Amino acid sequence: MEFAELIKTPRVDGVVLHRPFMPTVEGTLCLTGHHLILSSRQDNTEELWLLHANIDSTEKRFVGSLGTIIVKCKDLRVIQLDIPGMEECLNIASSIEALSTLDSVSLMYPFFYRPLFEVIEDGWQSFAPEESFRDLESMTDEWRLSEVNKDFSVCPSYPSLLTVPKDIDDESLCKAASFRHGGRFPVLSYYHKKNGMVMMRAAQPLTGTNGRRCKEDEKLINATLCAGKRGYIIDTRTIAVAQQAKARGGGFEQEANYPQWRRIHKAIERSNVLQDSLIKLVEACNDQSHSMDRWLSKLEASNWQSNVKEILTTACLAAQCIDREGASVLVHGTEGTDSTLQVTSLAQIILDPACRTIRGFEALIEREWLQAGHPFHQRCAQSAYSNGKPRSEAPVFLLFLDCVWQILRQFPCSFQFNENLLIMLFEHAYTSQFGTFLGNCVAERGKLQLSQKTVSLWSWVNRPQELERFLNPLYEPNNLVIWPSVAPQSLLLWEGVFLRWNRSTKCLDEAYQEMVHIIEYNKELQNKVNSLRRQLAQLETEDKMVADLK
Amino acid sequence: MEHIRMPKVENVRLVDRSSSRRTHVGTLYLTATHTIFVGEGSEDRNELWVLHSLVCNVVKHKASQSGYPLLIHCKNFQVIQFIIPQESDCHDVYISLSRLSRPEKYEELYCFSFNPNVDKAEREHSWDFLDLKAEYSRMGLPNKLWHVTPINREYRVCDTYPADLFVPKSVTLPVIVGSSKFRSRGRFPTLSYYCKENHATICRSSQPLSGFSARCLEDEQMLQAIMKSNPGSRFMYVVGTRPKLNAMANRAAGKGYENEDNYCNIKFQFIGIENIHVMRNSQQKLIEVSALRSPSMGEFLTGLENSDWLRHIKSIMEAGLFISKAVAEEGVSVLVHCSDGWDRTAQVCSVASVLLDPYYRTLKGLMVLIEKDWVSFGHMFSHRCGHLIGEAKEVSPVIDQFLECVWQLMEQFPCAFEYSEKFLISIHNHIYSCHYGNFICNSQKERKDLCIKEKAHSIWLHLWEKKLDFMNPLFKPDQSQNQGLLRPSTAPYCFKYWRRLYNRFDRELHPRQSELDCLMTVKEETQQLEEELALYEQKMAVLDKERAKTLYMQKGVLDSKQALWSLPLDISLANTPQDYIGGAPNVFTLQQGERESAELCLFGDQTKSSDADNSDQESGVADFSSHSSGEESLPSEDSVKDPDSDETGPNRA
Repeated sequence: MEFAELIKTPRVDGVVLHRPFMPTVEGTLCLTGHHLILSSRQDNTEELWLLHANIDSTEKRFVGSLGTIIVKCKDLRVIQLDIPGMEECLNIASSIEALSTLDSVSLMYPFFYRPLFEVIEDGWQSFAPEESFRDLESMTDEWRLSEVNKDFSVCPSYPSLLTVPKDIDDESLCKAASFRHGGRFPVLSYYHKKNGMVMMRAAQPLTGTNGRRCKEDEKLINATLCAGKRGYIIDTRTIAVAQQAKARGGGFEQEANYPQWRRIHKAIERSNVLQDSLIKLVEACNDQSHSMDRWLSKLEASNWQSNVKEILTTACLAAQCIDREGASVLVHGTEGTDSTLQVTSLAQIILDPACRTIRGFEALIEREWLQAGHPFHQRCAQSAYSNGKPRSEAPVFLLFLDCVWQILRQFPCSFQFNENLLIMLFEHAYTSQFGTFLGNCVAERGKLQLSQKTVSLWSWVNRPQELERFLNPLYEPNNLVIWPSVAPQSLLLWEGVFLRWNRSTKCLDEAYQEMVHIIEYNKELQNKVNSLRRQLAQLETEDKMVADLK
Repeated sequence: MEHIRMPKVENVRLVDRSSSRRTHVGTLYLTATHTIFVGEGSEDRNELWVLHSLVCNVVKHKASQSGYPLLIHCKNFQVIQFIIPQESDCHDVYISLSRLSRPEKYEELYCFSFNPNVDKAEREHSWDFLDLKAEYSRMGLPNKLWHVTPINREYRVCDTYPADLFVPKSVTLPVIVGSSKFRSRGRFPTLSYYCKENHATICRSSQPLSGFSARCLEDEQMLQAIMKSNPGSRFMYVVGTRPKLNAMANRAAGKGYENEDNYCNIKFQFIGIENIHVMRNSQQKLIEVSALRSPSMGEFLTGLENSDWLRHIKSIMEAGLFISKAVAEEGVSVLVHCSDGWDRTAQVCSVASVLLDPYYRTLKGLMVLIEKDWVSFGHMFSHRCGHLIGEAKEVSPVIDQFLECVWQLMEQFPCAFEYSEKFLISIHNHIYSCHYGNFICNSQKERKDLCIKEKAHSIWLHLWEKKLDFMNPLFKPDQSQNQGLLRPSTAPYCFKYWRRLYNRFDRELHPRQSELDCLMTVKEETQQLEEELALYEQKMAVLDKERAKTLYMQKGVLDSKQALWSLPLDISLANTPQDYIGGAPNVFTLQQGERESAELCLFGDQTKSSDADNSDQESGVADFSSHSSGEESLPSEDSVKDPDSDETGPNRA
C-alpha cells in the first residue's frame, strides 16, 4: 500500500495526549494510512482516533529530547501530543504532514471506509431530482424537467436534470447558458405553493462592457412571471462590485433589457474574504489573554457576525419578495455557486416548513448545495488553521449552517432537528468517512464513482439509532413562514462550533438532558394515563354487562 | 394636580420603534401617577401606561411634518416616542412630565398613593414575609462565636447600617465603637455571610481612616477577632474592591486601606472595580448602543466594546469568585470593603453569596439576599436610582450590575437557578418603579423615620405570589452543577450582552419561541397528569376490590388537551418581516404604495389585528395567537398596563 512509505515510524510508546477540559492520557501512538490513533490500552480511558484528513495544520516544538506536536484540526479542536525521542517526533510530524495533505481524492478515507452498520436505505438514492419534480408537478404544470445538460456539456457544474419553464425549449436554454457565467442559466430553485411565486438562481449574465444581451435569457426569466407582474433580481454583490465584473466579461441585468424586473444589490462577501474572517474569528476565540476589550474588538474585526447578518438579511429579503410582495425572484452573484446558494437555501428554510424537518433539510442540502454545484472539495480543503497560501477555500457552507443555527435559536420549537445535526454537517463537510461531500459538482462525483465506491452520509444519519441524537425534543410542526430577526442584538456567536473546545459543556449538557427528561417524562405519563383510562373504561363496560345480565 | 398643565391631548401619534413608518393615533392622558396613551378605535387593551417614577428623561425633538416629537426614556429601558400635533400641547406635556417625573419629596412617590385593595393586616403581612433574623439563623447564627450586638439599635454608631448586626462574641462594645470611629461613615466590620460548614465568613465594612500612617488599636482587634472566629484558619483576606490607584489616592484624604504590617495575619488583596461615576457613564453608553436603530454588526460590537460594560461585569464577577473560593475552598474568612462599603462591597458580597450558597439561587433566597446585602446594609437606592430630583452624580447602576452578574451565571449554569431571568427583570423594574416601599430611601433608619411600612407595601410577597411566572423549568436542585460552589468561567466570551433587559421592549429582537416557556407548559401539564394518574390508580384499586359495582368515570383532563407546546408561542409576530432591504428603502413602496399605516406591534394583542391586514396569512395563525395572549404580553407587561395590579387605574390615583 502506498501509505506505508509515508509512515516512517508507525508506533511510539509513552506518548502523552493533552486535550482541553479532559484529563491527559498516556499511551501508544499509532499511525495508519488514514488515522492517528492514541490508545492507553486501558479499558476505561478514551482513545483518540483522528482522521489525518481532519488535520488542518501542525506545529512542533522540542524541549531536550521531548518533542511536542500541536495538532490543529479542521473541526477547530487543538490537541497536543508529547512524544519522547526527537527522531520519533520528527518522523511522526512529517508523516502527519504528508498524510493530511494527500492530493488525490481517490486516496481519501471514504474510498477505504467500510461501514460497520447495515445500510438499510442507500443515501445515494434518497433524494432523486425526479422525486422533487413529481412534487412540483402536483402543484403546477408550468415547469418541465430538462435533460439538456445530460452530458454536462451545457453547464459542467449543474446536474444532468434541471427544472425550467415549460415554454422554454432546450435550444433556448443552451443560448441562455452561453450568456451566463459557467453556463449556469436560470433554473428553478423553489416554488412557493401558497401563491405560486418562484425563486430561481443563476450565475451573473455575461453582459461585459458593451452591454451584450441575450433574448433567450430574457425570455427564460420572463416566462416565470405572471402577466402584468414584476419580479425581483437579487444580486448578492454591491453595485460597485457588479460594475467591476463587467470589465471581466460579467455584469448584471440592465433595466432596459429586463423591464419587468427590479434589481436589488446586497453585499455578501466573497470566498477569500470569508476565509480570512473565519481565521480571525477562531483566533479570537482561542485568545487566552482574558481581556474583555481584546475579545470584543477581535470578534468585531473578524467580521464573522457581520457576514452572518448580511447573508441572513439577503435571504429574508428574498423570502419577503416571494411571500409578502407576491413576486418571483432570481438570485445570483458572480458564479452562482456560493452566496447565491446561501440565499436560496436559507430563504427556503424561512418559507417552507418542510425544510425544517430532518428529511427536508437533508433534501435541501442535496438539492441546493450538492446538486447545485457548490464546490465543497475546493471550499473545505482547509479550515481556520490553514497557514499555507489560500487557494479557493471559504467557509461558505459553514456560514450557511451558522445562519440556520441563528434561525433555530429564534424558533427553537419549529425545527425537527437540533444543533447537533448542524455541527455534524460542518464536521463532515470538512472531513468525513462518507463520500457525500467529496468532489465539486455532480459531474465530478460521477467520475469518481462515489455512489459505488463510498458510503453516503445520509445512509448513516438516517438510521434510527443515529437520528435520535439529532432530534429536537421541542419540535412542534409549524406551518408558518418564520421571519427571523437580523438585528445585531439578536444574532449570537455560535458557541457550539466556535467555543466548543474552549469551554466545559458539562452544565449545558446537563441542561439539555434535563430538557429531554422533562419532555420524555411527560410523554411517559401521557401513555400511562391513556392506558389506565382505557383499562378503566373496559372494566366499566364489563361491569355494566355483568349488571345487565343480572 | 398642580403640575399637570395639560391633562389630555388628542390626535397624538405613538411611533413604533421597530419601524418609524408605523404609528398609532390616539389620546394622551396625564394623571398624577401615569402617562396613558389610549389608541383610537380598538378594544380596551390598546393602552400604554407609563409610571412617572419610571421616566428617566423627556426630550423634545425637532418638529417633523407630522408634528412635534416627544421622546420619553424610561429607567427600565423603554423608549416611547409620541408625535403631538400642536407645539404648545407638546410643550405643556413636556413641562408637566418633566416635573412629574422628578419628585422633590418622598411623599410624591407612587408607593405612597398606590393602594391595592388590601387591609392593614395584609399590608403588615407583606412586610413580615421576609425575616432577616430567620435568614441569619438559617446560616447557623447566632452561635458560640457570633452574636447580635445591640450597639446600633438606635442607629447611633452608624446611621446607614441596620439595627441588628452580627459581630464576633469576643469583641467588646468599646472595640466596636473604636473601630467604627476609624471607618468611613462609622461602617465598622460586620458579618454578611457565614458558612456553616467551615465557619469562614464574609464580613463587610467601609475603608479605614488610615491615611498614610494612622492606626487604630480597636480596629486591629476587631479584625483579629473576626479572624479568630474562624478557628480553622490562620489568616484572613481583606479585599479592597477599588482599583489600587484609587485606594492609594484616598490615603491623601486620610482614608485608604489596611496596612498589612499593622494588622496581624491579614492578606490584603486588591480587585479593581471602577467607581459609580465610571459605571454610570458605561451604562449610558451601553443604553445608547442598545437603542440604536438598525445598527450594523460593527457599530453594535464596537459600541458594546467601547461602553466597557462587560469588562466591569467581569471584574465584579471575578471579585465575587475570589471571595467565594477563599471561603469555600480555603476556608478563610474575608473582609470586603470599597470606600463607603455600600456599592461595590454590596455587589461583591452578594455575588460571592450566590456562588457559595444554593439557597440564594432560589426565589426566596434571592429576595432575602437583596433585602440583606442591599436594603438593610444601606445601599443608597434613592440616590443610585434617582428616585427624587437631586444630585445626578449620585445615580449609578450598581444594583443593575449585581442582577446582571446573576444573569451571566444563569447563562453558564442553566439548571442551578430556581428562577428565570424574568424574575431578575421584574425585580429590576420594581427597584426603579417606586411602586412598592422596599427600595425607597437610602438606609433602614430613613425608612423607619418615614414609616414606610405603615404607608407603603412590600414587593416580596407580591412577587412570591406570582412565582409561577418566574420559575426556571430546568432547575434541578440535586444536580451536580448546583452542589456547593459555582465556579463560573470568567473568560471574556462567557460574558454576553443582556438583550432581554436592555432591549426588553423591542419585542421583534427576541426569539419568537421560548424554550423555557414551552418547558414550563410541559411541566405544568405533567403535574396535571400526575394527579390524574393518581386518581386513576386509586380507582383501579377500588375497582379491583369491588368489581361488581359501576363506577363513575371522570372525564380526563387530556380530552381537552391541545398540541402541547404551541401554547406560549408568540408565533404571530414571526409573521411580520422586518426591514431587510437596508440600502434600498423604496423598493417595495414603489410598487405597493403605503401599506404600513395600519400595522403596529406595540401592544400585546396588536399582532392579531395586523395579521388581519394581511389576507395572505397562513391558517395556523389564529390557533397560535389565541393561545398566546397570556404569555406574549410579558415583555411589555409594564407598558401595557400597570405592571402588577389590575386595580390601579387612572381614577384611583
